[in-house]
Amino acid sequence: MATRRTRARLAADGALLLVAASFALPLLWLLFASVDSEANLRVRPPTSPTLDNFDAVLTDEITFTPMLNSLLLCGGATLLTVVCAALAAYPLSRHRSRFNRPFLLTILFTTCLPITAIMVPVYGLFVRVDLIDTMHGTALFLATSQLPFAIWLMKNFMDGVPKVLEEAAWTDGASMTQTLLRVVLPIMGPGVGVVTIYTFIMLWGNFFVPFMLLLSPEQLPASVSIFTFFGNYGSVIYGQLAAFSILYSTPVLLLYILISRRLGGGFALGGAVKG
Amino acid sequence: MARWLPVTPAVVLLVLFLAGPIGYCVWIAFTDTQLTGASGSSFVGLDNFRRAFGDDDFRNAVVLTLVFTFLSSIVGQNTLGLALAGLMRAASRPVRTVAGAVVITSWVLPEIVAAFLLYAFFRREGTLNVILDWLHLPSQNWLFTLPILAVSFANVWRGTAFSMLIYSAALSEIPQDIKEAAEVDGASGPRRLWHVTLPMIRRSIGTNLMLNTLSTLSVFGLIWAMTRGGPGNRSQTLPVFMYDQAFVNSLIGYGTAVALLLLLVGALFSVVYLRLMKVEV
Repeated sequence: MATRRTRARLAADGALLLVAASFALPLLWLLFASVDSEANLRVRPPTSPTLDNFDAVLTDEITFTPMLNSLLLCGGATLLTVVCAALAAYPLSRHRSRFNRPFLLTILFTTCLPITAIMVPVYGLFVRVDLIDTMHGTALFLATSQLPFAIWLMKNFMDGVPKVLEEAAWTDGASMTQTLLRVVLPIMGPGVGVVTIYTFIMLWGNFFVPFMLLLSPEQLPASVSIFTFFGNYGSVIYGQLAAFSILYSTPVLLLYILISRRLGGGFALGGAVKG
Repeated sequence: MARWLPVTPAVVLLVLFLAGPIGYCVWIAFTDTQLTGASGSSFVGLDNFRRAFGDDDFRNAVVLTLVFTFLSSIVGQNTLGLALAGLMRAASRPVRTVAGAVVITSWVLPEIVAAFLLYAFFRREGTLNVILDWLHLPSQNWLFTLPILAVSFANVWRGTAFSMLIYSAALSEIPQDIKEAAEVDGASGPRRLWHVTLPMIRRSIGTNLMLNTLSTLSVFGLIWAMTRGGPGNRSQTLPVFMYDQAFVNSLIGYGTAVALLLLLVGALFSVVYLRLMKVEV
């Protein structure tokens, strides 16, 4: 019995390592190429590792401005999403009403819609109301695109907060806003954190929305500027592109590690949509 | 009524930027709006839709979208995700940690970075051909000969972690004694999988398939950055086709009609999903 178990484990280990290795190859290329001054498209350890690529891309034009744009765009949109989601989730979680079910079903339904499909009319709309090529317009749309899922997640976390504590606050004469701000949100702090970070990660990687709605180069976030980098500078310097990719990806990887325990444990995302 | 006041900001945003564009989408799809020239747009009824169904490029895009979705989401992400989740439970701890970290990193990376990495991987002078050479297998210019296969693999690379996480959660909820009982009854591995495990996680399978399918239907950046829909139109899925019509050919009306069809397919899937899952809220 014991040997069969061991053999099964070894087989599983072997299979997993094989899959992991094939998943790792492109990532490995990224790491190697970023420190190789003569990087090409194949994986190979650099002969003389150097930080030249990073030096070359760490300029205002290539890295700092696009990253700052990303931060403003995604930070602003995340803030808006989380505030609106928290406000919307509160009555949905606390009050029973015949509006709850249809509203939440609509929200869930919208979560599933392919946002890509509405980008053409959104572009038309933005041109008409003069929001095209503005950071605030783009941030508003980005926030809306994440809102359905954020409301859904937020409500799920809020449902986990016991009502007794709020009732105590109510009898002490606290208003609804005060209860939400002082009692409910602090208790579900980690939940709010997960929603915030998850929203930010999703927005940080979003390419299509800013690609369509922002036009002037000095406003482009990193997700789009990396692409112009690719096409516009004539011969592509792969090492620099790799270095920039790493700089651009690092924030979301770190943030994901921060929430992975909470997402991984009960897997809130899976749980949220399992109903 | 005051208690519902907090919902207002969210509803305003959703109406202005989501419901509004969808409504607008429905209107423009029935007009001949163009990006350039006189901005006059007139109602043309079902012309755009008739045109789409008679357009070889549109039919090509539909077929490619189906191939892309079927290969990468239903077969690739879903099956590989389930296999990985299962293997993780049997594997030793360090292997599990390493494999999980690698697969999840591919998922968390921004879409364009993923596209760039897989572009490098599949290029003629890229890593895949180096490996094939090394194994004495014929190498190819993958992005040229089999572009839809290359982008499908890219989508598997990028999206499998989601399925893996959903299935890991589902598998960990199966009570241990049920598995042991099946084992004692002498059920073989495949039989246990088919008769015990799969039926017990069927809700997760449904959820996962649905979410994968919908997110794969709308993939744009990955394909755009890897192949731009080409060569020719051989990896031009519906989102890329829609973009090309609306912004390269300046046919906003036609592009929007395509978008509307894509939305309808998405909505159809969503409705089926909500019904099948019998979601409780």
